[in-house]
Amino acid sequence: MSGDHHDDALISRRVRRLETLLEERGVLSGGALDEAIDAFLAQSSPANGARVVARAWVDPSFKSRLLADGTAAVQELGYMEGSYQRLRVVENTESVHNVIVCTLCSCYPLRLLGPSPSWYKSESYRSRVVREPRAVLAEFGLALPAGTEIAVWDSSAETRYMVLPRRPADTESFPEEELAARVTRNALIGTAAV
Amino acid sequence: MADRFAPGARVRTFRHDPPHHTRLPRYARGKRGVVVEPEGRAELADVSAQGHGDAPVEQVYAVRFAARDLWGEGDHHVVLDLWESYLEEVRDDER
Repeated sequence: MSGDHHDDALISRRVRRLETLLEERGVLSGGALDEAIDAFLAQSSPANGARVVARAWVDPSFKSRLLADGTAAVQELGYMEGSYQRLRVVENTESVHNVIVCTLCSCYPLRLLGPSPSWYKSESYRSRVVREPRAVLAEFGLALPAGTEIAVWDSSAETRYMVLPRRPADTESFPEEELAARVTRNALIGTAAV
Repeated sequence: MADRFAPGARVRTFRHDPPHHTRLPRYARGKRGVVVEPEGRAELADVSAQGHGDAPVEQVYAVRFAARDLWGEGDHHVVLDLWESYLEEVRDDER
């Protein structure tokens, strides 16, 4: 069962054994995997998601495309090229607040949000946010009005979710870069507002 | 192949508890929800995770569940991404 992680150690051993074999047989040079992972992570940052959000705030036509087909829209900005995953962007409004989770493991759009925070992978967040999201969000310091509906998106297949937060008031004159600087990783997950 | 469920369709998840990997979380088994949208077709993870190369490719749907139907309380919704074979239709005459 994917919900139980008692076989993590077994998988780690198998992965290490496979790496060793690939190196021994000359398929991979030592460190090649680390380099590939480093290169991937170097391109993965919440600054990417923040840029996407800022663009959506200043460009209504980009925003429509982003909500209709997240993958294609972020590819316009050079993100997620060649990805097999589908990105679905969910928009916070006056009446609906969205928050993302992966109850089975810790899936999340890495390239747009950067490496996931440890709380996102914790048993506590994963089990509680689907059950009592209002209480969990309050613990993050996000008190939502009683009338705001909460939608929790549990990424159980190949779609990855990102939240489009609400644009803060009094930012009409802000340039796009300044708007992007305000958007945090937690806002892209839905555990904070901007 | 045509999708079995359209957006708005009322569905119920299966109650099965397989011995192998599945992406139907325990808390959402045997529950009623409403199809939000199809997400695209993907290999059924239950089969591909067992190392079989011939996993069936099925439509995956975003399905919305009321917290009350999952937990017996709460006013929020949870949306899960579920393979077609996890779902069955809820008939119009079922309450």
